[in-house]
Amino acid sequence: MSLLELKNVSKIYGELNALDNVSLKIDKGEWLAIMGPSGSGKSTMMNIIGCLDKPSKGQVLFDGKDISKESRRKLTEFHRDKIGLVFQQFHLINYLNAVENVMVAQYYHSMPDEKEALEALERVGLKERAKHLPSQLSGGEQQRVCIARALINSPELILADEPTGNLDEANENIVLDIFKRLHKEGTSLIVVTHDPEVGEEAQRIVRLEHGHISSDIRNEKFSEG
Amino acid sequence: MFFRMVRGTFVRQWKKLLMIALTVALGASIATAMLNVMLDVGDKINEELKTYGSNITVIPQSEAVMNKLYDVENGETQDEFLNEDKLGELLTIFWANNITDFAPETDAQVLLDGNEVKVVGSWFAHHFEYEKKGTTYTRDTGLINLRSWWDIKDGQWMDESASDSDRYAMVGCQLADKNNISAGDSITLKGSRGEEVLTVSGIYESGDDEDEYIYTTLSAAQRLTGTQGLLKKIEVSAITSPEDELAVKAARDPSLLSGDEYDLWYCTAYVSSICFQIQEAIPEASATAVRQIADSEGKILEKTELLMTLITVLSLIGAALGISNLVTSGVMERSIELTLLKAVGAKNGQVTFLVLTEVMATAVVGTAVGYLMGYVFAQIIGETVFNSAIEMNGMAAFIVAVLILFVTLLGSIPAIRLLLRLKPSEVLHGGH
Repeated sequence: MSLLELKNVSKIYGELNALDNVSLKIDKGEWLAIMGPSGSGKSTMMNIIGCLDKPSKGQVLFDGKDISKESRRKLTEFHRDKIGLVFQQFHLINYLNAVENVMVAQYYHSMPDEKEALEALERVGLKERAKHLPSQLSGGEQQRVCIARALINSPELILADEPTGNLDEANENIVLDIFKRLHKEGTSLIVVTHDPEVGEEAQRIVRLEHGHISSDIRNEKFSEG
Repeated sequence: MFFRMVRGTFVRQWKKLLMIALTVALGASIATAMLNVMLDVGDKINEELKTYGSNITVIPQSEAVMNKLYDVENGETQDEFLNEDKLGELLTIFWANNITDFAPETDAQVLLDGNEVKVVGSWFAHHFEYEKKGTTYTRDTGLINLRSWWDIKDGQWMDESASDSDRYAMVGCQLADKNNISAGDSITLKGSRGEEVLTVSGIYESGDDEDEYIYTTLSAAQRLTGTQGLLKKIEVSAITSPEDELAVKAARDPSLLSGDEYDLWYCTAYVSSICFQIQEAIPEASATAVRQIADSEGKILEKTELLMTLITVLSLIGAALGISNLVTSGVMERSIELTLLKAVGAKNGQVTFLVLTEVMATAVVGTAVGYLMGYVFAQIIGETVFNSAIEMNGMAAFIVAVLILFVTLLGSIPAIRLLLRLKPSEVLHGGH
């Protein structure tokens, strides 16, 4: 059953078609990698999938519901309830400790609950570092806090933008292991990446070029498995 | 969580918030000082001008009619009198507490060493008591207050409390020079009905016609003219409100006022309403404003208030601009953080509320500090300009609080507009 469907979606900035008549269907529990060179439309697609922006044309169906014409306020509520965001630069609030950074997402969703926030940190192996400020954490640890923050409201989809772009190999592997575990648990994942190694871990790889989908490939590793 | 975020901002952005607090404090201090001085300045200027004499003259009504008929001011040709017994009625009027000083007068031409001179009988430092319907009205008053600018060149003011005060006089400096009179000398005055031998307690310089006069007690002057119990006029010094359109309309004819206008006019300390009330209390009297002083009071007060209002408005505009710059730069510095809040689900209203809470909390601290600074400024102005303390007004504190709230919100508008334009899609990506 499809979780998300883009139907003939275009995003036009002046005379530039950042996305041009793109159609894409993503199933529940699927791990999708979106790859492509700079300017190919990856960020635009991520913004539209993440309800941070609206398409100029076409439809975006989430769980069968068309959200492309919703007001900005409704979109904010929708993305808050359904989507967890992971950023390349982590974007943690530097005066709040790890657990408080996770609780911020709870606060704007429902009610902050420190116990739940600690459990989310435990899922990414950071419970022991819960009271540390971002400046006291390594890049990989900060990214894991960011993932815990994305997970805290039990979203239907994790949308990660270059999640390993600022990490060394060891931390990249830790983050990918977390994604693998989440995928096994049935979480839907969309990872936007430049890194072929990260892309190779996904079930399906969609390549974008000049706002078009140039290829949509099922990862053989998963078909064999 | 909300307060942890607010606290975090206070810890992290304390320099910026301190600048906002100082900007607010500066605006609040000037507004506090100006408003308190403005609310107190009416009485202060009135008090200041009262030192230059009376502002209401009460004369017999019949004399006033003749003066009006022949267009004479303070005409003294009529042999009309007021009854001294009615003097206390002044203290029974609605605005009696605004009457700071008053003194009865009777005058006459008398002979001094064969030359005609003017003698004026009045009170110097008089303790007055008046009883009516079981109430005792008292006032310590006299020329010592109403002629505070007199320069005593020789001797001293007459001591009216002395048992033989009736035997003393004060002589104007020009008359004293002409007649070679010094303090302690005896002079003999011959009036139409009697003769008085008086000791000169002091020689004064007034700078006007009074330098040619002799001042003595009311009773001594009355004996000289045979007018015991009678008065030529009463000088009244009252604290008044500045004249406005209503006062001008009422001054023409109070009967032209509507019921509401009449009540407002009657219950406001306009010089015209005080005159009206004096005439109600002493029907045979005509009370008129000494226009020059009354007008000066109104004009000085209006101009002073206008100047202070302008300073207050300018200081608040300055504060609003300062707040605007500081809050906007603060939001720009925190754009990633604030956009992140939107990205994790915060609505525009929630992020705006967070920023406004931080700014308003800072403004509250700034206002409190500014109020204290304003108190000090007001006292400095009071001591420097009026030689007296400025009374702090609760209403001024309320007005300052409301103004600062308004100015802070106004100054935050550009920052809020910027905040509303922040889009997670534009700020948070690593840049593809």
